[in-house]
Amino acid sequence: MLADTATMHTFVDAARFIGNHTGLLATKTLEQLALSGAALGIALAIALPLGVVLGHFHRGSTIAIAASIVGRGLPSLVLIAAFLTVLGIGFVNNMVALAVLGSGPLLTNSYDGVERVDRDAVEAARGMGMTGWQVLRSVELPLAIPLIFTGIRVAAVTIVATAPIAAIAGGGGLGDIIVNQASYRLSGVLGASICVMLLSALVFAGLAGVQIAMTPRGVRRTSVIGEPQRREL
Amino acid sequence: MSVIAAGPVIPTFGKGSSCVTGDHTFCWDWVRAHWGDTLGPALWQHVELTAIAVVIGFAIAFPLALLAHRYRRLEQPFGIFSALLYTVPSLALFQLLVPFTGLTWTTVEIALVSYTLVILFPNIVQGLESAPDDVIEAARGMGLTRLQVLTRVELPLAVPAIIGGLRIAVVSTVAIATIAAFLLPTGLGYPIFLALKEPTPFKTEIYSAGALAVALAIGCDGLLVVLRRVLVPWASKGLA
Amino acid sequence: MNAAEITFDHVTKRYAGREAAAVDDLSLEIPAGAFCILVGPSGGGKTTALKMVNRLIPFDSGDIRIDGRSIRDLPVVELRREIGYVIQQVGLFPHMTIGENIGTVPRLLGWPKARINTRCIDLLELVGLEASDMKRYPAELSGGQRQRVGLARALAADPPLLLMDEPFGALDPITRFRLQTEMSRLHREVEKTVIFVTHDIDEAIQLGTHIAILREGGVLAQYDTPDAILAHPADDFVAKFIGEDRALRRLALKKLTDVQLEQADGAQEGPRVSIETTVRNAVSLLLDTKADRLLVENDNGEVVGAFRFSDAGALL
Repeated sequence: MLADTATMHTFVDAARFIGNHTGLLATKTLEQLALSGAALGIALAIALPLGVVLGHFHRGSTIAIAASIVGRGLPSLVLIAAFLTVLGIGFVNNMVALAVLGSGPLLTNSYDGVERVDRDAVEAARGMGMTGWQVLRSVELPLAIPLIFTGIRVAAVTIVATAPIAAIAGGGGLGDIIVNQASYRLSGVLGASICVMLLSALVFAGLAGVQIAMTPRGVRRTSVIGEPQRREL
Repeated sequence: MSVIAAGPVIPTFGKGSSCVTGDHTFCWDWVRAHWGDTLGPALWQHVELTAIAVVIGFAIAFPLALLAHRYRRLEQPFGIFSALLYTVPSLALFQLLVPFTGLTWTTVEIALVSYTLVILFPNIVQGLESAPDDVIEAARGMGLTRLQVLTRVELPLAVPAIIGGLRIAVVSTVAIATIAAFLLPTGLGYPIFLALKEPTPFKTEIYSAGALAVALAIGCDGLLVVLRRVLVPWASKGLA
Repeated sequence: MNAAEITFDHVTKRYAGREAAAVDDLSLEIPAGAFCILVGPSGGGKTTALKMVNRLIPFDSGDIRIDGRSIRDLPVVELRREIGYVIQQVGLFPHMTIGENIGTVPRLLGWPKARINTRCIDLLELVGLEASDMKRYPAELSGGQRQRVGLARALAADPPLLLMDEPFGALDPITRFRLQTEMSRLHREVEKTVIFVTHDIDEAIQLGTHIAILREGGVLAQYDTPDAILAHPADDFVAKFIGEDRALRRLALKKLTDVQLEQADGAQEGPRVSIETTVRNAVSLLLDTKADRLLVENDNGEVVGAFRFSDAGALL
């Protein structure tokens, strides 16, 4: 990896591209965020409650494991391509594909978060006369926040970072530029790549910050970052 | 490494069967016909891509992990580095390496190795540290040298975690390697990539390449599970 | 008999930032073949003192000698291979079979396989396990069985010294009692020097030939045989530590065989007791039956004497 003048030149070009095309990049970024947001929304609406409920009843561990395998082993390209064949090109198919992608870690983490809450605490709560719903709300959920939030963060970053690939299936966003080297040349591709990276990092940092702020003090641990569970971007 | 280009996908001169031209959901005859020139080679390239990445990643991660286990200081900065790496979309990473190493296998492998590295390193370190304190104390008290404690106690006990890390690394790499197709005509992503470029994407090609990728991932995962059972006879027994 | 004589010579250990020493000017002579118990409340430095012998914890001043040779003269690893070490959580290697666990030090010393194998079988028998257990894994055994293996593992290379750090502390009372009894038997058979740490004074009295009581700050309060300590506690601390019922405990250490029995005068009526009974149990029986004397009989059932309260008192 030699950073000779030619290479440096390319990066300078990329920077210039960013400078010249801020409008375009901004539009594309918003497109990407819209797509990601919609996908994340769906995943949150379905996978999170499902995981929480399963974890509360300590059932369906096989589903949780399957979800993590799906999240891990299913190449996003395959997912996007498959949905394209079923739902056609455009916004919807990509939104669904990304939602499925994000659901994996969300389901697994919500399940784990609630399921692993200290059983003694739950039993004590039950013994004090709380109903199942109250136990969930006052005991299990607060204690599960770190893991659940990690799941949200992983899902969000995964979705945002996978969205560029959706460009090939009509998903729009910064990926449109990255896969289109013919029109935008290397400088454009690099410029958009850098933007995608920044976007991803911002989402990561932003959510990490929110997570640290939201975690109840007694439960806070030194590192919020956690281990790379399944990843494929 | 030479790159095998896949030939034209959809027979455009009416040579295909009615299944193909009608673009039904899945055409077995196409699969059979094109195994040799499209799917087979793509699968093989994919295996190569993955194998190289995992082997090199392991070769780097293992000594690093031994060092971190001994000296402890490396872990924190590494954790941050790996978290950051994972926010980078693989496609962007590939593209960013292109100015440095061109459109070659090297570029792809550098990116793939980075991803396997950040998975394998913490898992190996965790494995090495999983030996219970009392076991280590007994070992030292019995007169094992530091090296012997490492080779006879800590490493064998680290095997489950190492294999766990390998499983995640292999499966992730198989998945990320599909994206390599955006750069080079290689791997199982390429047939999909080509198929998507057609005005009407050819379903069978997408499904068959996709299924192969998933099957490859699951197959490797299964093999590693078997390997673990062979290497770790004590995990499946008993009370503890 | 393969046993070593151990000497602590004014050994001191201080941890930085702490006022009290962990071990303070400890001097002890442990004769070869003794079962020496280090007992005391927590903070008394007994585990620290034990771990200084195999150099898991270094000491600041003084010396520890094994058979006259300072432990500092030998490379640490060699020293440890000549000492058996048993800890509370046992620390069996989960990835090795029982047989491989036991054979660890012999393998390090380069013993031939056949010899290791026979030694393993002998040891398993010695600690009350089956030879077939050799192929099993630690996870398959109960806590008591694991500790027996730990013991066998420590004895494998036939070391002259055995260090034991609260080995029975993590076991349930029944298993603990069983293993304590076995330990006594084992010590009689195997005749090695044992240094044993416990916080349980009862265990100390039951097992030990020599007891060293360490008080907080690592100071030696008293070092003597169990009977001597029970009879003449050195100070208030020791007296309190061994308990107010120490006279009764002394009686538990003696049997009717040690007593000067009275004449039975041919009597045959009345409660009987075997001559092998402890004096304490005989006294208990006297209280129970409200008799004024017991008839003591030997193995054949013949009356050989009589026993009264006053005879117990005479013992003390």
